[in-house]
Amino acid sequence: MSEGIQKRKKSSKQEETSSESEDRSVDARSELKEDIDELLDEIDEVLEENAEEFVRNYIQKGGE
Amino acid sequence: MAITKVFGTETEFGISMRGVAEFNPVIGSSLLVNGYAAVHLPPVNWDFEDEHPEKDARGYLPFAMAPEVETTLANVVLTNGARFYVDHAHPEYSTPECVTLQDLVTHDTAGTLILQRAMAAAEALMPEEREFLVHKNNSDGKGNSYGCHENYLMAREVPFRRIAEVLIPFFVTRQVFAGSGKVGSEHGAPEVAYQISQRADFFEEEIGLETTLKRPIINTRDESHADPERFRRLHVIVGDANMCEMPTYLKVGTTALILDLIEDDFIDKDLAIESPVAAMQIVSHDITCKTLLRRPDGSTVTPVQVQWEYLELARKWAEGQVPDPEREKLMSEWERILTQLEIDPLGLGEDLDWVAKYKMLEGYKDRHGIGWSDPKMRLIDLQYHDLRPERGLYFKLLSQGRVARLTSPDAVEEAVRHPPENTRAYFRGRCIERFAGSIAAANWDSMVFDLGEDPLRRVPMMDPLRGTKTHVGDLIDSCDSAAELLDEIAS
Repeated sequence: MSEGIQKRKKSSKQEETSSESEDRSVDARSELKEDIDELLDEIDEVLEENAEEFVRNYIQKGGE
Repeated sequence: MAITKVFGTETEFGISMRGVAEFNPVIGSSLLVNGYAAVHLPPVNWDFEDEHPEKDARGYLPFAMAPEVETTLANVVLTNGARFYVDHAHPEYSTPECVTLQDLVTHDTAGTLILQRAMAAAEALMPEEREFLVHKNNSDGKGNSYGCHENYLMAREVPFRRIAEVLIPFFVTRQVFAGSGKVGSEHGAPEVAYQISQRADFFEEEIGLETTLKRPIINTRDESHADPERFRRLHVIVGDANMCEMPTYLKVGTTALILDLIEDDFIDKDLAIESPVAAMQIVSHDITCKTLLRRPDGSTVTPVQVQWEYLELARKWAEGQVPDPEREKLMSEWERILTQLEIDPLGLGEDLDWVAKYKMLEGYKDRHGIGWSDPKMRLIDLQYHDLRPERGLYFKLLSQGRVARLTSPDAVEEAVRHPPENTRAYFRGRCIERFAGSIAAANWDSMVFDLGEDPLRRVPMMDPLRGTKTHVGDLIDSCDSAAELLDEIAS
């Protein structure tokens, strides 16, 4: 492969976690929750409004 | 002897439209293809002369009706050597022929970008309230499926029965990294909250020619699109369309590698598992990846253990080959993924679609206190595959750096316009870029030139490894017209 696999972007918060803190596991867990919260907020923002109707109307013809 | 593997993917996208009462997906797909072509392409039609999807690798014509080829729908060849067209009721993007995994992944991702541009081009011609919804997925959750096929060039001399024997257990178990994940089940499969694969519920046979009903794990379509005496083109229909790049990289890379072993007749052990069709579903329906599959001798193995056996064979085979950094990289990634799948599959959220999607769903479910049967869960599943960059949930993961990228945006942009340099796709793509006005039609294995006089001139391309940049790059650059190019080729 000519390009190799690019490094995943780490949030600066994650990098800080690996420093001296004594109860790191608790910190890490709340970091993790905070981390996914950011994603879930964004999902709430972009999710189609009427889930039931959207899912019901999503019909495709078979293909291939 | 193992031959150089030339491979590609063929993705059918789900399509619907907001803002119309009755949406016709055939017309919608045509609008996408024609819209893209009008904005981004010189016009070149596809040539159907050599299409024979009814040909069977087992050497006989089956009783079933041959698949239909629709020759009147929108169908274009791109300057990157790819084909963008309407298949049944879906837009389909077939990558150009690739020989490196990096090219394959880059061109697969370029397909996504091309669809996004097609949506923008077509929407510019429509009333404002209309909006295309295009999904890179494989099912509508209601029993209708469409495919993401793979193709691999192989040596014709290998008995098809042998290919099927070795590949069936491989395909049944490679889902553990290749699956794109799905909420619920369909097509009569047992109920399940979440499963690994989009497609597993749809497989009903071990081997067969069909792709639209009674789908087989091993598809026998035998269109070599090359010299049929030397080559076969294995048509694989068992995979999911992937959003993440790692599953595409792994599924094509590992499959091509196992085909090398088959061609060298290297596999000396029986890897069979019992009832593979049932096992497809069983593997997909168990997100712990620990379900036990039975072997004909009565022993049991997990899907991941089956994959380890293939990897060990591949490593042993590779010891006798000229070292290849791309192959080494592939095998170490394969090993890393299998190792983590045994420790905890949920640790692979940066790599695998089915895990990334599952973690997103779990998080959402917990936050809102809803169950797996809530319509929002199915919606998130669908919207994960939504190609609108601002709405698609995969793109949210990508923009937040939560999934691994194997390509650079610049390389993908390049692949939208330019062909891989080391297959015949180079000749096809460059000719379209330079001489579109003189090309009557193009196909995988030929180009037909119209020089304004009878007869039309057909240039056969029966070897996928000829017509590369090394062979024809300088020649195409130095010719000012198609007529000059054909004279040079003939001399």
